[in-house]
Amino acid sequence: MKGTPLIFERSCPGREGFRLGDPGVPEVDLGATLGRDFLRSELDLPEVSEVDVVRHYTALARMNFGVDDGFYPLGSCTMKYNPKINEEVAALPGFANLHPYVPEELAQGILKLLYELQAYLAEITGMDFVTLQPAAGAHGELTGMLIIKKYLEDRGEKRTRVIVPDSAHGTNPATAKECGFEVVEVKSNPDGLVDVEKLKEAVDEKTAALMLTNPNTLGLFERRIREIAAVLHERGALLYYDGANLNAIMGRSRPGDMGFDVVHLNLHKTFSTPHGSGGPGSGPVGVKAFLRDYLPVPVVDEKDGRYFLNYRLPRSIGRVRAFYGNVGVAIKAYAYIRALGAKGLREASEMAVLNANYLKKLVEDLFVVPYRGPCMHEFVVSAKNWKQNYGVRAADIAKRLLDYGYHPPTMYFPLIVEEALMIEPTETESKETLDAFAQALLDIHEEARTRPELLKEAPLSLPVRRLDEVKAARDMKLKW
Amino acid sequence: MSRVLPNLRYTREHEWLLVEGGRGRVGITDYAQESLGDVVYVELPGVGDKVVQGEPFGVVESVKAASDLYAPVSGVVVEVNEALKESPELVNRDPYGEGWMILVEMADEGELEKLLTAEEYEKLLAGEGE
Amino acid sequence: MRYVPHTPGQVAEMLAFLGLSAVDELFAVIPEEVRFKGELSLPPALDEVELRRELEALAGANPGSGYVSFLGAGAYDHYVPAAVRALASRPEFLTAYTPYQPERSQGTLAAIFEYQTMIARLTGMDVVNASVYDGASALAEAVLMAFDLKRKKKVVVSGAVHPEYVETVKTYCYGVGGEVSLVPYTPGYETDWGAAEKAADGEAAALVVSVPNFFGVVEDVRRAQELAREKGLLLVVVANPISLALLKPPAAYGADLVVGEGQPLGNALSFGGPYLGFLGARAAYVRRMPGRLVGETVDALGRRAFVLTLQAREQHIRREKATSNICSNQAQNALLAAVYLAYLGPRGLRDVAYHSHTRARYFLTRIDEAGRGVRVLCRRIFNELVVEVEGLEEKYQQALERKILPGLKLERFFPAEKNRLLVAFTEKRTRGEIDALLEVLGVK
Repeated sequence: MKGTPLIFERSCPGREGFRLGDPGVPEVDLGATLGRDFLRSELDLPEVSEVDVVRHYTALARMNFGVDDGFYPLGSCTMKYNPKINEEVAALPGFANLHPYVPEELAQGILKLLYELQAYLAEITGMDFVTLQPAAGAHGELTGMLIIKKYLEDRGEKRTRVIVPDSAHGTNPATAKECGFEVVEVKSNPDGLVDVEKLKEAVDEKTAALMLTNPNTLGLFERRIREIAAVLHERGALLYYDGANLNAIMGRSRPGDMGFDVVHLNLHKTFSTPHGSGGPGSGPVGVKAFLRDYLPVPVVDEKDGRYFLNYRLPRSIGRVRAFYGNVGVAIKAYAYIRALGAKGLREASEMAVLNANYLKKLVEDLFVVPYRGPCMHEFVVSAKNWKQNYGVRAADIAKRLLDYGYHPPTMYFPLIVEEALMIEPTETESKETLDAFAQALLDIHEEARTRPELLKEAPLSLPVRRLDEVKAARDMKLKW
Repeated sequence: MSRVLPNLRYTREHEWLLVEGGRGRVGITDYAQESLGDVVYVELPGVGDKVVQGEPFGVVESVKAASDLYAPVSGVVVEVNEALKESPELVNRDPYGEGWMILVEMADEGELEKLLTAEEYEKLLAGEGE
Repeated sequence: MRYVPHTPGQVAEMLAFLGLSAVDELFAVIPEEVRFKGELSLPPALDEVELRRELEALAGANPGSGYVSFLGAGAYDHYVPAAVRALASRPEFLTAYTPYQPERSQGTLAAIFEYQTMIARLTGMDVVNASVYDGASALAEAVLMAFDLKRKKKVVVSGAVHPEYVETVKTYCYGVGGEVSLVPYTPGYETDWGAAEKAADGEAAALVVSVPNFFGVVEDVRRAQELAREKGLLLVVVANPISLALLKPPAAYGADLVVGEGQPLGNALSFGGPYLGFLGARAAYVRRMPGRLVGETVDALGRRAFVLTLQAREQHIRREKATSNICSNQAQNALLAAVYLAYLGPRGLRDVAYHSHTRARYFLTRIDEAGRGVRVLCRRIFNELVVEVEGLEEKYQQALERKILPGLKLERFFPAEKNRLLVAFTEKRTRGEIDALLEVLGVK
C-alpha cells in the first residue's frame, strides 16, 4: 500500500514538461558572464511531462476538502462560501499583470479600489483610517501592537505589559511578545466573559493595552465593553480589537463605537476571500485618528481626484512587508462589499448569528454547554460527557464527521473548555445543511453509545486512516 | 493515579530532584509525562551551563504541547542525559529512571528546603484533579 | 440577500424554533450604547453584471499592466504556464482552510511537502518551512531567528539588499529591541566588504547579503562566507529562486539561513501581492523556525501520509513563547510555486533563467558597443542591472509614450542616484522589445 503520492515518484530521467526555444538573442558563455566559481553543477527537480503534472495535482486535489466540497463549520475561521465572481475579477489582466512599481498615473484604477476599500473598512469598523499592508491577521496584530508601542513611547511612557484573556487566540500573546511586551493573562469569569473586577486589578501604569476579541472566542458578546474600555483609557492604556469574529456584528455594532483604538480584520474570514489551504489572507488595520501618523507606509491617498501612495506619515512604524499588501485578496474583498452593500453585509451577519443559534439549539443536548445563553456567530460545546460516558474524545467525533462528508469544527480551542468543539456555520449554509449536520451528530452520538471503537478508528472512508503524529515529530522527515 | 516516589523532592512545576551527595539529578514526574503525552523532543542545557532555582533550563515537547523545564536547584550542569536526544520516549517510559534529564552540582543545599516533599507533592496533584 | 440561501419562510421558521419573533432579538445581548443604529455608509449593492462592469472599469484604468515592462526590483514579469494556474486554482485547494484535519487534507499537505523539498534542493538548505508572507517578512523572520539562536540583538545588513526589505527588518527589530547596522554599497553596486567588516563587531548575530542583490549584481559570496566565518556570524542570504537554476545554492557558500521572494515561481505580479516568502535553514535550527512545517508519517495501516508537525513551536500551542506569531501563511502561492517547479523541472527552470540572463546580457552588450549616451554601471549580473542614462527623465517619458516601462528610477529609493535606471529582463521580453527600449534610451 503506497499512501499519498508525490511528484518525485513520477519523475523519469530525460522526460520534459515546459521548455523554451531559442533565446532569440546571442547565446552566452555563463562561465564568462557569471564566473565559474559562482555556477551550480546540478539541479535536482522532478522530470515529468505536462500530463504527469496535471494528473498528479488533480489526484492531490481530490484528496482535499474545501468549502466548495461541503459544510465546513470550523470555528473562528469563518468558512463562508467564496463567490466565483471575485476570483474572476481579481484575475483580470488589468490587475494581475500590474507591476507594483508602475508609475501611479498608470495604476489609477487599482489605487482607487484600494483607497475606497480603506474607506469601506473604516466605515464598517467605526475607525478613522485603515492600512491594507498586513498580509494576514497575525501580521495585522503585529502592525497594530507596534503602533501602540510607538505611540506610547512618543508620549514618554514606559508601559511594558499587555493583557490578554485566557480565552484569547494564541496569536495575541505571541504578538505581544514579538513587540517586546510582557504578557499578563486574565481569567474569564464563570459566564465566559472578561472578569471586569479582575481586569481593574490587572491594569496599572505599566499596562500598554488589552487585546480583545468581541464577540469573544466562545461566541459571546462582551456586554461590558464600554466599561472595559473606560478601565483601560482611564489608566492611559489602549484597547486592541482582534477582528477574527467581525462576521457576527457587521452593521449591528462597530469596534470603533465600543471604544477600541486599533483593530485588525481578516479579509479571508469576514469578507469571503478564500483561505487557499492556509493563505494568502489579508489583515488590514484600522486606527482612531490620533494614531493615523503611526500607520505603516505607504497608505493610499487621494488629492483632487488623483490617487497616490502616501509615504508622508511622520511617526510611521515603517514597513511590515514589501510593496503594499496582498492586493489580489483586497480586490476580492472589495468585490464582496460592492456586491452586498450595507444592507447585504448586515444581513450576512444576521443570518450568521441565526444559523449559529439554530444549530446550537439542534445539537446542544448532545453535549455539555459550558456557557449558557444566546451565542453570536459561533458556539462552543464540550464533549466531556462523551469522554466520560463512552470513552470518546472530541477528536474522535471530528474524525467520524469526516466519514459523514463534513469538515469538523475547531477542536480543543478555546483552551479553557475541556474537549472543546467550536462550531461556526456561517450565513451561506442552508437550513437543510444545518439540519443534516445536526442529524449526523445525532447518528454519531448513537454510534458512540453502541460502537465507540468505530469513532476511535475513524476516518474509515478516506484515502488515509488516522495518522501517526508522534512519528512525524520524532523522525522529522521534512523533505523527500 | 500517577506515581510519586518517596525519596525525591519536587517542584510545583512537576520536576523531581534526587539528591546524590552534593549533586542533584533532575527529571519530570510521572504526572508531567502523562499530561504531556508522547514526548517527541527534549531541549537541555550543555555541561558547564549554570541553572538557577525556579528558572527555565530547557523545554520538553510533545505533539500537542511544549513546556518549560524549571530548575529545582541552582548550580552547574555536570552531566546531561544524551540518550534523550535519540530516544525522547524514555521520558514517558521511565520518568524517574532512564528518563532523567540533567545532573547538577548544587550551589546551595539550603535551596532544598524550598522544594516539596513527596507528601506535599501528592497533595498538589490531588488539588489538580488527580 | 446574496450568497445567503434562506427563504423568508425559513428565516421565520428558524426564529420560531428559537422562540423568537424577529432577527433583532438575536442581537438583544448587544447593549444599547454600542448598537449601531443607522445604515453603514457604503455604495449600493450591485448585481453580478454591474459588479463585473465596475471591476472591469477599475482594471481598465491600469494601463501600465499592458505595457512592455522592464520593471523588476523584487517582482518579476515571468511567464506563468497555463497548467500552473489551472491546477493551483482548483477549488479543493483554493477553498480549504489550513490542513488541521490531515486525513482530509492530504492534497495540500503533499503539495507543501513537495514545495519544501524543491526549495530545499534549489537553496541547498536542510529544512524549508511552508512559506511566510513575502520576501521582506521572510528576511525579518530570519533576522529574529538569528537573534534567538545567537542570543544577540544586532544584525549587519548589506546596503545592496532591497531597501523595502531593510525597512521591514527595521520595523521587526523595533519590536524586539534589535539593532540594524546598514553597510554601504560601492560605486559598482556591490556590498562594501571593508565597511561590513567594521560593522561586524562582537554584538552582531548575523550578516545579511542578497545574491543577486537589489541592483542585479551577483555578489562575491566568498567575501560574505569569509566574513561570517571569521566573526562567528550567521550568514543570511536573500536569493532570487530563478537565479538558482544557474547559480550555486547558498548552502554551498556557507549560508545558515536562506530567504527570498517566491513570486517569480508562477505567481502573478498583482500589484505587489499576494506573493510568498521562502525560508530555509540548517537542520540544527529547525526548532527555532517560524511558521508551519509538513512532515512525513504513516497512517494506522502503515501507508505513507503527511501532517503538520513540530507544532509545539507555534503560537496556537506555545502562545507567548512561540517562535513567531505567524498563523496564516501564503499556502496558495506556495502551491503555485510547487506546481511551477515540478512542471518546469531542471531544464525548464534553467531555460527561464538562461533566457532572462541572455536578454540582460544582450542589453548590456549593445550599450557597451554603442559607447555613448548610456553607461553600464555593473557587470556580474543575472537578469537585472543599473545603467546611467543622460537625460533620464525625458527619455523615461518618451518610453511611456511608446507603452514601454523602461525600469525603475533608482532615485525612488536613493535620492542621490540621479539618472540611474534599474532594468530587468525575463524570458518574456523579445529582442524587438529590447531594441525598442535601447532606441528610446538613445543607444543606436
